[in-house]
Amino acid sequence: MIERLINRLFKHIDGFLMGSIAITMLLGLFVLYSASGENPARMMAQLTNISVALVVMWVAANIPPQHLERVALPLYLLGLVLLTGVAMFGEITNGARRWLDLGVARIQPSELMKIAAPMMLAWYFAKREASLQMVDYIIAAIFLAIPAAFILKQPDLGTTLLIVGSGIFVIYLAGFSWKLILALSATFAALAPILWGLLHDYQRRRIIILFDPHQDPLGAGYHTIQASIAIGSGGLAGKGWLSGTQSQLDFIPERTTDFILAVFGEEFGLLGNLFLLLLFTLIIGRGMLIAAQAQNTFCRLLAGSIALTFFTYAFVNIGMVSGILPVVGVPLPLISYGGTSLVTLMLGFGILMSIQTHKKLVAT
Amino acid sequence: MNTVALKRQQTIRLPGWRRRLLLVLVLAGFVVLIARSVYLQSTHKQFLQQKGDARYSRNIVLPAHRGMITDRNGEPLAISTPVESIWASPPDLEMNKEQVNQLAALLGFKPETISKKLANNPREFVYLKRRIPPELARQVMALKIPGIFMQREYRRYYPAGEVAAHLVGFTGVDQIGREGFELAAQDVLSGKEGSRRVIKDRQGRIVEDLEAVKVPQDGKNLVLSIDRRIQYLAHRELARAVETHKAKAGAAVVLDARTGEVLAMTNVPSYNPNNPVNLAGRSRNRAIVDLFEPGSTLKPFSAAAAMDAGVFDTSSIIDTTPGVMHIGSATVRDVHPQGKATIAQIIQKSSNVGSAKLGMSIEPKALWNVFNLAGFGQVTNVGFPGEASGRLRDYKSWRPIEHATMSYGYGLNLTLLQLARAYTVFANDGELRPVSLRKQNEQPVGQQVFKPQTARAMLEMMELAVLPGGTAPRAQIPGYRVAGKTGTAHKHGVGGYQSDKYVSSFVGLAPASNPRLIMAVMIDEPGAGQYYGGAVAAPVFSAVVSGVLRMLAVPQDAPNDNIVIPPEEAPVVQEMV
Repeated sequence: MIERLINRLFKHIDGFLMGSIAITMLLGLFVLYSASGENPARMMAQLTNISVALVVMWVAANIPPQHLERVALPLYLLGLVLLTGVAMFGEITNGARRWLDLGVARIQPSELMKIAAPMMLAWYFAKREASLQMVDYIIAAIFLAIPAAFILKQPDLGTTLLIVGSGIFVIYLAGFSWKLILALSATFAALAPILWGLLHDYQRRRIIILFDPHQDPLGAGYHTIQASIAIGSGGLAGKGWLSGTQSQLDFIPERTTDFILAVFGEEFGLLGNLFLLLLFTLIIGRGMLIAAQAQNTFCRLLAGSIALTFFTYAFVNIGMVSGILPVVGVPLPLISYGGTSLVTLMLGFGILMSIQTHKKLVAT
Repeated sequence: MNTVALKRQQTIRLPGWRRRLLLVLVLAGFVVLIARSVYLQSTHKQFLQQKGDARYSRNIVLPAHRGMITDRNGEPLAISTPVESIWASPPDLEMNKEQVNQLAALLGFKPETISKKLANNPREFVYLKRRIPPELARQVMALKIPGIFMQREYRRYYPAGEVAAHLVGFTGVDQIGREGFELAAQDVLSGKEGSRRVIKDRQGRIVEDLEAVKVPQDGKNLVLSIDRRIQYLAHRELARAVETHKAKAGAAVVLDARTGEVLAMTNVPSYNPNNPVNLAGRSRNRAIVDLFEPGSTLKPFSAAAAMDAGVFDTSSIIDTTPGVMHIGSATVRDVHPQGKATIAQIIQKSSNVGSAKLGMSIEPKALWNVFNLAGFGQVTNVGFPGEASGRLRDYKSWRPIEHATMSYGYGLNLTLLQLARAYTVFANDGELRPVSLRKQNEQPVGQQVFKPQTARAMLEMMELAVLPGGTAPRAQIPGYRVAGKTGTAHKHGVGGYQSDKYVSSFVGLAPASNPRLIMAVMIDEPGAGQYYGGAVAAPVFSAVVSGVLRMLAVPQDAPNDNIVIPPEEAPVVQEMV
């Protein structure tokens, strides 16, 4: 009886993926304990976040992919409606309009789009796969551009990058012409000065400061300099858990959220960083393997996109904290404090598991 | 069906290179991150660790309390009082309009001044107001404005003000002595500041000590030999004389005749050490750093030298007629020829010719030797910055006329303190006592200059100078016997001695029966008509020493009214200039 229950419970859970995720999240809890100044309330809140996220993942893993394929379009449209709502009625916090108060709960529709947009594109390509033409790619790009424009307007550069990234991965995986990719890249490079003009002042400053953080050591460059110092002073083996001076003395801004890697790097050193990157590599590798083994185009595109978006997450965050990318608001996946992004991530992993475990035997 | 399946197969599978490219990109991304991590954590590690340390470990200076300067009775002459300085850290500052107004009111600023000072100021340390009373600082801190801090500082306060300014001196803003004993005893007074190496967090809160706290060593107190009451009295009387006689400057020294301790040393003009501005010409401790030609106050030494050598005794008669003496082409002159006179009369009337004859009765070497033993040309070693040694030329270079003028105090120069010190020989049976500006617990060992009987005889002779018929009857003190000698010297200026500029001086001892006090007074360029030492300097002696004798409860040695006031019309005995 119990055995059957356990079997039922874990039937759609991918062991390898789950194991890697669990180790990473456990590591994250340790770092958070240190970064939060050994604050038990923070730990409880994060444990709650993790619980919710695990439930979401489990549910997603138990939904067969064909159901997902069916809800892709409605989900995307719902996302757009909510984004419109945000643009019109959203609450302004920290100078950005990102949240929508639905009365029962405050939600961040851009997070939903992180999953909904790649799903929509994967659904579209799967639908059109028999007769893919150039125009399909353009339509897909438009599907992607609409929510991206909304989110960029909020403004939320980090999320925009992630969503555009996830969409581009789908387009790439759908076999978008290599030559066109080159052509588009060239166009983008040519348009860069114009895009530069469209950026907000603070976004421009971030990019300028990235190349020379010491230009403004107490202002916009402060985050980068402090984080670099913290990571660098960790050395090979780190200063030890709970012993990072920069972290414990409050020199690192946002140290439980976006900049938690600085705390990790200071306390666990180069070896810690390598271990974390190994965990991420395992997760991404598993995701790509699932994509490669997926049975239909929708699953393959969606799984590939989820895996690669996770990579983008990790790369952008680690890159910005260690000072090679501009500071955009992207948390360190599975480690940073916060429920919203964690739930979205785990939803993605749930989908990956669903794709992996709902394979039907197909006669060949 | 088959073809559809086939088609499906084809579209499901990406070309292998596409997947591999993705894999390569992902791995390349991670390699970049690893490379960056290696760069930060090994190659660049040391630099970043230093940067990190610099951000949280701070050295805090713990100021040492500067020692007090007191007089011989422990009365404070220089004390450090705690004051607070208010400073702000603009980046941490959070205050509303009302708080700005309150802060401005307390510190005595306009609200706009404060806003201007602090708004958009990227610095982390801005003084708002320095050195305010602790009570006011507490009120400021009670506003509890984040980003406003106070810092303990010390302010030096000089209760005696200008009265002891030259001796005590003053410190600069940085608590380093600039003048007087504040400068001379800087190391003793300042102590050693301590330090604390601490970890501070970003808000500047101290988290923990990194190493043992180096406790500051407070400065030691410095006890001067002066008595504040005597100092006040001396300063008041000196200032009055300088004003009355429209003099350029003046100085006075009161010594304990036995221990050589300086009980008072004062100068006019003076300055306020609590607010040392316009110091030009005011900050010099003239009694120690300025030199002057003593003139007649040196006559007792040449006379005693002649007596000590056995050439003359108290009964010897010296012929000073006709009041003029030719040495080579030069002439020594008495204004009032004295005829045949005893040594006592020569001292009493201050005869130049008589003194010259006394001095020339012995070899230059013998006279030089006495002067040298009496400390002329030698620093007193009282430890005061900038002390002058004076000039006593080697006897081998003396021309005969110089031998003569030296006998009555021209051709050498000295400080007022040296002059006062020299007079200790007449108070201590011919023994010269070292002088001191620090309180002494033991009587110092002196050096014999004259035979005791010579010194005693000279003291008696000097009593005559103060009595009617002498040069300084105005030095008399009711109830006490006084001995003393006036001096009135032409000032040496450009092109020789100036006929209308004098230095008037008086050195006296009291009570004469057993001297306890020696006071030397010097008035520079009296300009109100009178310029004789007996008229200008002697009254200062009388006023001060009479007060001090009473203050110290010294038994009277002439309890009956001893003052004989010369009749107004009687010719005043004037010394030879």
